[in-house]
Amino acid sequence: MKVRPVGEDALLVEVASGDEAQALHAELLRRRAEGSLSAREIVPAARTVLLDGLDAPARLAAELTAAELPPAPPRAREVVEIPLRYDGPDLADVAAHWGVPEREVARIHAETEFRVAFCGFAPGFGYLTGLPSRYDVPRRATPRTAVPAGSVALAGPYTGVYPRSSPGGWQLIGTTDTVLWDHARVPAALLSPGTRVRFVPEAGS
Amino acid sequence: MTDRALAVVRAGALTTVQDLGRPGHAHLGVPRSGALDGPAADLVNRLVGNPPGAAVLETTVNGCSVRPRSTVTIAVAGAHCRVTVDGRPVPWGAPVRVPAGALLDVGPAVSGVRAYVGLSGGIAVEPVLGSRSTDLLSGLGPALLTDGTVLPLGRPTGVHARVDVAPQPALPAELVLRVTLGPRDDWFTPEAVRAFVSRAYRVSAAGNRIGLRTEGPALERARHGELPSEGMVLGAVQVPPDGRPVVFLADHPTTGGYPVIAVVRAADLPAAAQAVPGTPVRFVAVRRR
Repeated sequence: MKVRPVGEDALLVEVASGDEAQALHAELLRRRAEGSLSAREIVPAARTVLLDGLDAPARLAAELTAAELPPAPPRAREVVEIPLRYDGPDLADVAAHWGVPEREVARIHAETEFRVAFCGFAPGFGYLTGLPSRYDVPRRATPRTAVPAGSVALAGPYTGVYPRSSPGGWQLIGTTDTVLWDHARVPAALLSPGTRVRFVPEAGS
Repeated sequence: MTDRALAVVRAGALTTVQDLGRPGHAHLGVPRSGALDGPAADLVNRLVGNPPGAAVLETTVNGCSVRPRSTVTIAVAGAHCRVTVDGRPVPWGAPVRVPAGALLDVGPAVSGVRAYVGLSGGIAVEPVLGSRSTDLLSGLGPALLTDGTVLPLGRPTGVHARVDVAPQPALPAELVLRVTLGPRDDWFTPEAVRAFVSRAYRVSAAGNRIGLRTEGPALERARHGELPSEGMVLGAVQVPPDGRPVVFLADHPTTGGYPVIAVVRAADLPAAAQAVPGTPVRFVAVRRR
């Protein structure tokens, strides 16, 4: 683990992979829950975990630099199911990138179990991993000015669901009516880092 | 007209409700938000007898006008401006009684950008994730004020401060931002890092609550790949592909993929929120405490 200081009271911990970032994130959450770590924010990302609002960052940096990478945490028991229609306008482009017939995209995607690697971009937007790397796709050359809420989309190694309408450059493969973010609900976010997710095709799609 | 509410007569260029924001939700993609000039928001709350963290109005450049429906104590601070009640000048930076139905006008900023209007009882819109702040990046919190908006006011809990005018520092002609380098200064050439901490920048007109944009020498990268998305902090100086540093303010995104060359000390950010376009900016490297 490489630990980089960030400003006066934050640390960015770099690891080698998304799986390691997930393990580290789980370990840091465990430490905060048991009271041995005081941090205002613990933010996992693609290959890092950011710790912000620390009391003694230099001491923690030294400790983390010397520490062994924690083992992978046990998987969450619950799987969130997201019903969807594979009807996105970029389905044909994704099929071409994957080198499969268009209807195979839905089958491959729906058979994959995903995990929320991290969140960002918008409240409730999760970056979901799970597809093998041969199914990575580039972003669209020209982003759309408005992607409808509920769009299920791919970019790089990630699947995401747009919680609300926003500009976006991801490849749209489907649509869901599931509400990803509702600040009147507890918890407001359907997806948070570590959540297991399956996409379930709706009948007729 | 005795209900505890406030009618917006002139919303101004960009007026929002702000409090201490909603830190602690960055892992869900929720920005912290909150008043950009925290000390000014604290001051107006103290002046009107509110607890810290009561919601205030944050105006941008040209102030706003509001008509309280019940008698309230108000105070204006932050950007310097002319303040009137029913056309009569009243002190800036001091508690002022505004009778029910009177028109409070917060004039255009004479210096600074954002004026803060504290009202006894505070703005009492429904909190979202523990905060009443408007977050312009994610759309959480109350909408931007528009002409005709009616905002509820809370019940006053304290006694307003017994001061005539609270002393406040004049806004400096040059914005000096102390930075600690990293976490991604190694993505830039040594010449670019030197230029960043020694050359003159200016505040760009394109800034907003998400970030203070600057104009000046473009910073050349030593590494050209894509940086995987990583967590971002308040005050992070992110360098997008055009090479011009952007200082992240309260509504900044929680993750980002452009390298952060340095982080501005939190104590210097309120001044950044008050720097008008064209203000000279110097980034000064300091050691971590």
